Amino acid sequence: MRDPLATLRDLATLGARSPTDGNGHLPAGDELITDTATLGGARVAAWDAVKIARDLHRPHAVEVIERVFSGFQEMHGDRLFRDDPAIVGGIGLLDGHPVVVVGQQKGSSTEENIQRNFGMPHPEGYRKAIRLYRLAERFHVPLVTLIDTPGAFPGPEAEERGQAEAIAKSIEVMTRLRTPVVAVVLGEGGSGGALALGVADVVLSLQNAIYSVISPEGAAAILWRTGSEAERAARSLRLAGPDLLELRIVDGLIPEPPGGAHTDADRTAANVKAAIAPQLERLARKPIAELLTERYERFRRIGVVVEPAGAVAPPKRSWWKRVLGR
Amino acid sequence: MPFGRRKDLPSHLWTQCPDCGETLFNKQLVRNMNVCPKCEHHFKIGARERIELLTDKGSFEERDADLLSGDPLSFVDSKPYPQRIEAARVRSGAADAVLTGTAAIGGTTVELAVMDFDFIGGSMGSVVGEKITRAAERALASRAPLVIVTASGGARMQEGTLALMQMAKTVAAVARLGDSGIPFISVLTDPTTGGVLASFGSLGDIVLAEPKAYIGFSGARVTDQTIGERLPAGFQRAEFVRDHGFIDQVVPRAQLKERIAFFLAALRPTAGETRWSL
Repeated sequence: MRDPLATLRDLATLGARSPTDGNGHLPAGDELITDTATLGGARVAAWDAVKIARDLHRPHAVEVIERVFSGFQEMHGDRLFRDDPAIVGGIGLLDGHPVVVVGQQKGSSTEENIQRNFGMPHPEGYRKAIRLYRLAERFHVPLVTLIDTPGAFPGPEAEERGQAEAIAKSIEVMTRLRTPVVAVVLGEGGSGGALALGVADVVLSLQNAIYSVISPEGAAAILWRTGSEAERAARSLRLAGPDLLELRIVDGLIPEPPGGAHTDADRTAANVKAAIAPQLERLARKPIAELLTERYERFRRIGVVVEPAGAVAPPKRSWWKRVLGR
Repeated sequence: MPFGRRKDLPSHLWTQCPDCGETLFNKQLVRNMNVCPKCEHHFKIGARERIELLTDKGSFEERDADLLSGDPLSFVDSKPYPQRIEAARVRSGAADAVLTGTAAIGGTTVELAVMDFDFIGGSMGSVVGEKITRAAERALASRAPLVIVTASGGARMQEGTLALMQMAKTVAAVARLGDSGIPFISVLTDPTTGGVLASFGSLGDIVLAEPKAYIGFSGARVTDQTIGERLPAGFQRAEFVRDHGFIDQVVPRAQLKERIAFFLAALRPTAGETRWSL
């Protein structure tokens, strides 16, 4: 199997020479990608994107937080059950302004991954997130969420403690949180467990991150009844950054250094900071009512339905049925 | 099966209860609301039958019946997504996995949404998300309570992240009801898992479930694949979920309508004022 990171390196150099790329190089450091046309030939295959997004050495939430926010103070626990190490949260300063940050944390080593449960939160993780969302709301501090999880933990303990309810509640709280919210998909946006941190005024994604309704392996297990079709499933699901931008699931892609985020955590973090700071500044100027209406509309629009024109009116009950009360 | 002769009975006349093995005549089963008279096993029922059972006779007026699914990802698994939709449509006679409309339950006018597991596993794609959202928005506009009966394997994979985002869309819509003092009753039926349980399904002011309904965040097959761990038997059933604190009541099908009617009568939409009204 070819090393996906090598593919990415090739694409970086290829992108520089690609005849389809008008600029002649990958998008420059700081600028948010809001149109996939600017990517030129630098699109990675779906399965490579999955591997890059899951790369052990990709900068995870804590590494990004340390670089983007100064004086970050982590806050532990959901006040109900325990502290979930798969979700980190706290308060940091972005250019001197306090921001509540909540992110899913994967490990960069096997030991850390075991401690962090591979970034798969339990219900108490989501309840900690909810607690911090409400803290942000109460003190009019903006919220930044960092998404990086294979999904919510699907084990028996998580079921017993209400995994579905915790996620549903987290989504609900975010839909009407009375403070600006920016979400960034750093690596893997795994299904509902990711969306629980993903209801925001602006949703961004790192260029090589993925976001999916189900893991390609899970989709393969269900649709093809075997996990070995994961590569095909990854292609079908359209889960890579450029797909997400085209589907308007995300509002912009944060460029990664040539060769991928893991080659330069500093530059990656700098790009994250450059992407979120102006968004927070813009959102902070909006009246809360307007912010909430626009957040509602942002998600309200998503979906593709076919509605035959002129056939909107429902069939009325005939007058005699109404008269007879039947 | 020890009694081979039963095989000779024409299958359109009888059904074998998967729980107790009793042979039940279909006519008898339908008369008993598709509940096994011997062991109370609740068979899955379609959205139309459910509406018959829950609403006042003739009161259901369907809305958004002509909303059809697109194929935004050009998704192909063992067959193309549009073919899958078409097959489900022919089989079930419904346009997608939910029926929505206005109805009366015990004299109270409600906005009603009933999911149908028979339609691609009751999965939530754009059409289901849109219809549920519209039902919630109508409830908000008319200040009528919202009742949703779920039966779903979760988000519809064939619509990718667009399906995932329906979770946020529907939750945002039902959350507005809570802010406006309009009751929302969620009824979980067999099975309700994944993205539907992890969104509006869990968020009712009242959450009811049918006996022994399979209710859980992750389906057993996903868990097997992801964790490599078999789930114990009796796990993720309605009673289990109630005992762990996430469902208000497990209600037998025969009592479901009157129980919903009770809660609808007890929880009237408020105008937001904090005055007792007795």
